[in-house]
Amino acid sequence: MSTATRRERGAASSASLRHRMAERGVDRKLLMLLPAILFALVLFVYPFTYGIGLTFQPLQGTVDKWGGGIFANYVAFFGDSFIFDSIWITMRLALPAALFNVIVSVPIAFKLRRKFRGKRFLSTMLVLPITLGTVLTAQGLLIFAGRQGWLNRFLIQSGIISDPLQLVNNYLGVTFTLVISGFPFAYLLISSYLSGIDPSLDAAAKTLGANWKQRFMRVTLPLLAPGLATTFILTFVLAFSVFPSARLVGDPLGTTRVMALMAYRSFAEQIDYSMASTIAVMMGVIELIVIAIVLLGRSFLYKGSTGGKG
Amino acid sequence: MSKSQIVDEAAPFVRGAEKVLAEPKRSGHASRPPGEKSLAASPGTWFVWAGIGAFFIFLFGIISSVLVDSFGKPWFRTWLPENFTLSWYQSAWDKFDMTHIIGVTLIVGFSVVVISVLIGVPASYVLARSNFPLKRLVMVLFLLPILIPPITFGIPLATVMYNFGLGRTLIAVILVNLVPSVPFVIITMTPFIEQINPSIENAARMCGANMRQVFVRVLAPLLVPGILAAGILVLVRTVGMFELTFLVSGPSSDTLVVAIYRAMTSAGGSEARQLVSAMGVVYTVMMLVILVIALRFINPTQLVAQVKESRDE
Repeated sequence: MSTATRRERGAASSASLRHRMAERGVDRKLLMLLPAILFALVLFVYPFTYGIGLTFQPLQGTVDKWGGGIFANYVAFFGDSFIFDSIWITMRLALPAALFNVIVSVPIAFKLRRKFRGKRFLSTMLVLPITLGTVLTAQGLLIFAGRQGWLNRFLIQSGIISDPLQLVNNYLGVTFTLVISGFPFAYLLISSYLSGIDPSLDAAAKTLGANWKQRFMRVTLPLLAPGLATTFILTFVLAFSVFPSARLVGDPLGTTRVMALMAYRSFAEQIDYSMASTIAVMMGVIELIVIAIVLLGRSFLYKGSTGGKG
Repeated sequence: MSKSQIVDEAAPFVRGAEKVLAEPKRSGHASRPPGEKSLAASPGTWFVWAGIGAFFIFLFGIISSVLVDSFGKPWFRTWLPENFTLSWYQSAWDKFDMTHIIGVTLIVGFSVVVISVLIGVPASYVLARSNFPLKRLVMVLFLLPILIPPITFGIPLATVMYNFGLGRTLIAVILVNLVPSVPFVIITMTPFIEQINPSIENAARMCGANMRQVFVRVLAPLLVPGILAAGILVLVRTVGMFELTFLVSGPSSDTLVVAIYRAMTSAGGSEARQLVSAMGVVYTVMMLVILVIALRFINPTQLVAQVKESRDE
């Protein structure tokens, strides 16, 4: 066996270099990849490494205040509680919102996977908020859920509450915008994962006498779980980098002082590019840690075919 | 059993629901012959429709508040404004030069779509069809700009742009928006190309077509739905992209979202709320036009998976 392979390799080596490379998948076709790779190197890898390098060139003021030589930015990041606390503030916003979006999408996607009249219309309506964007959602929420808005007015006039609820300019307002922009996205992804599961598996469980609870817990959920993990990651990424709504409908100096806001403050208001890059890089690191944890959990889940995808 | 069934079928929807709530023990399936459906909705169904209802109340509340606000003059303590007027749109145009802003937005959007399709589609063809050394590394390289928060690479990128003297220019806005768009096209187009049968290309090659002819005559027509879908999604993302554009744009290169944000937060007290609302309505209308055109051509879910229709209907 091993001699045969060796002989084959020996024989191949007499062919031209181009031929041997082509056998390993390196041929002229790869040239089509070149623009994309060049693009990624110039516009993503270079600025990113430049930014990382910048974090080790702190401004003199930062060094004087925090010490630590070239690591002064990091010392400041972990030492300055005004900046460091923004990690928890961001997590407290992004994690519950992403979890909520995923968990609520599951039963809804489950119910709506059957055909019914107006399904296409409903799907279209659910896509709508994706096009609204965070800035517009923020403006609408300020008017709709503000003290004089229709929501409070309705609740007061129908006698449910006596004082207007404080729904905007705080933690709750930002959560609302995260749900409004994140939920349709989670729903679309989960329903497409759900449609990728072969319905005959469910039918087979039914013939074996499983009730819907057993079918869901034992058949559908294990098949869906990897998709749920992916959806969670993508919604979390969206919620984690929340920036305009935290400023507009949130309480940007208090409960919604998220990391993106802090990075922008250093960048545009303090013109401290190195500190801004430090916060930005730490933001990426923390997000990647969360993603890595979810992916690690996902690796214990079922990974085979779900039977439905063509 | 038969009695309950008769009641079920005769009772109006709401009474049926009351029955289920009153007798939660009886499972919907056991009491009916297979294949027949209960007229009463289960609690789960009620939960789902309540959730969707609440979501849409918020959604339409938000959209119509902005709409009413943009036409209203003055609107404080009443359900609806006292008078309706178009003057906010007039002043939005006078004050912000909306024609210019919309023009910038469309130029940025369409340039990003065209460039990212031109760069992305050939790359995704290679990724879908061939294996080569370091393929996983290349995949990670294309995945990272989508996974990393825009601010994280946006701030170093903006710093580089300012260093090169490109800050606040239209070119910088386009370049910055390409960073997540090209990988997005690659990630969405790769599975789309994978599902096209490679023997079609092989047949074309066998009949003597060269690579260019295979692309133009065989692949391009098959790829059009995928390219349209990816292009529309990129357009919507770019027009709605706030963070990256905001970091590099200046007064003459602001897209509409950024202009709205600046109007909402401008120093020395923000602009009148109605003025911002009027700009918001213009933005929504623009997005809706794009969306309506898009939905005539594509189904947004077709990219994510090949849907196999449920058999039990």
